[in-house]
Amino acid sequence: MKVAIVKYNAGNIHSVMHALKRVGVDGILTDNFEELKSADKVIFPGVGEAGTTMKYLQERNLDKLIKDLKQPVIGICLGQQLMCSRSEEGDTDCLGIFDVPVLKFQPQRHEDKVPHIGWNTIDNCKSNLFKGFDKSEFVYFVHSFYVPVCEWTIAETDYINPFSASLHKDNFYATQFHPEKSGSTGERILKNFLDI
Amino acid sequence: MDIANGRTVKGTNFVNLRDAGDPVELGKLYSMQGADELVFLDITASHEGRKTFTELVERIAAEISIPFTVGGGIHELSDVERLLKAGADKVSVNSAALKRPELITEIADNFGSQVCVVAIDGKQTEDGWKCFLNGGRIPTDRGLFEWAKEANDRGAGEILFTSMDHDGVKNGYPNEALRKLSEILTIPVIASGGAGKMEHFRDAFIEGNADAALAASVFHFSEIPIPELKQYLCSENIPIRL
Repeated sequence: MKVAIVKYNAGNIHSVMHALKRVGVDGILTDNFEELKSADKVIFPGVGEAGTTMKYLQERNLDKLIKDLKQPVIGICLGQQLMCSRSEEGDTDCLGIFDVPVLKFQPQRHEDKVPHIGWNTIDNCKSNLFKGFDKSEFVYFVHSFYVPVCEWTIAETDYINPFSASLHKDNFYATQFHPEKSGSTGERILKNFLDI
Repeated sequence: MDIANGRTVKGTNFVNLRDAGDPVELGKLYSMQGADELVFLDITASHEGRKTFTELVERIAAEISIPFTVGGGIHELSDVERLLKAGADKVSVNSAALKRPELITEIADNFGSQVCVVAIDGKQTEDGWKCFLNGGRIPTDRGLFEWAKEANDRGAGEILFTSMDHDGVKNGYPNEALRKLSEILTIPVIASGGAGKMEHFRDAFIEGNADAALAASVFHFSEIPIPELKQYLCSENIPIRL
């Protein structure tokens, strides 16, 4: 199986490569259009700031390419946010795959710390991405912006308010959390994605 | 884990490890047992030692599937870049940030607050809690709470607080100081140093209001098995990953 990881100016790309290797797949890191189009699976990772990252993607026409991909694609963290319509981070227009805005966490109490860093459970899981999950599993989050619960939500987490831990529409999947840093649970999610 | 020349120092007494001195082996074991995060501290200062440490970070990143923080010998942005490139999720800065607080701002601006853990070594003096440099060897005039607040405002993502009065004594964490930190800061506080029994972890969360607790020797010497500790904390109604 050919798994391509979109190469761009985001952090954590290597963590994703390592995680793939741990589940037995050698991913290719590339921004080559043909390589990305011909891959069986595409991973769109990301740690970074929405505005500068979108600009980088647009300058290289990677924004259009990602939207037009036909094989299963998964966005991770900033990847999920960039797949939405618009982000409050730098008031950025995003890819618009999921027609839902990305909002900034508004702390309600002193305990509501932002960024949200740490392990949280995902619930209401309804997708093959979470195949074999029979209880609330913990996954690792690092983010200050979130996607509200919407019609494409396939897993939810509650931190400050309920939000989309994961999204799915057609061939596009996304997670706000980092499967590549979520221990064995994260590895199961990556394997499930590779099995789609 | 304290690392010197690529090996875990401070003894360990694991029976099921092929090599108890290998930080990757030990990290994997802790990760399997349910540790939520690992911290690797480079205690060698030499150039050669630093290179070995960077290579170690690469191996950790390849083999361990939970987040990890690295610290020790980070003085400037290029040190941070080198370690993040090697695969670390977060870096912890201590003395260098106390000497040059702009370092925190630089890390936060360049890599995001989530990358920047500010470690503080504190000790109670006649004039209240003060910060110490170089692993607690050199006293400073900086007040603990005032420095922690500045670090918070400069963009630190987390504060890792070690009380030199409590570290290694196994009598519990400095809960009063932890509670005050948690009251004045808007970022997570990690309690470090002082754990001797499971109740100490509970107290750090309940009395100290800590967001996370770090321990070394009680795990290294198998005095407190991680799965048992997590079950216990869960039974005490502390939200924790099992």
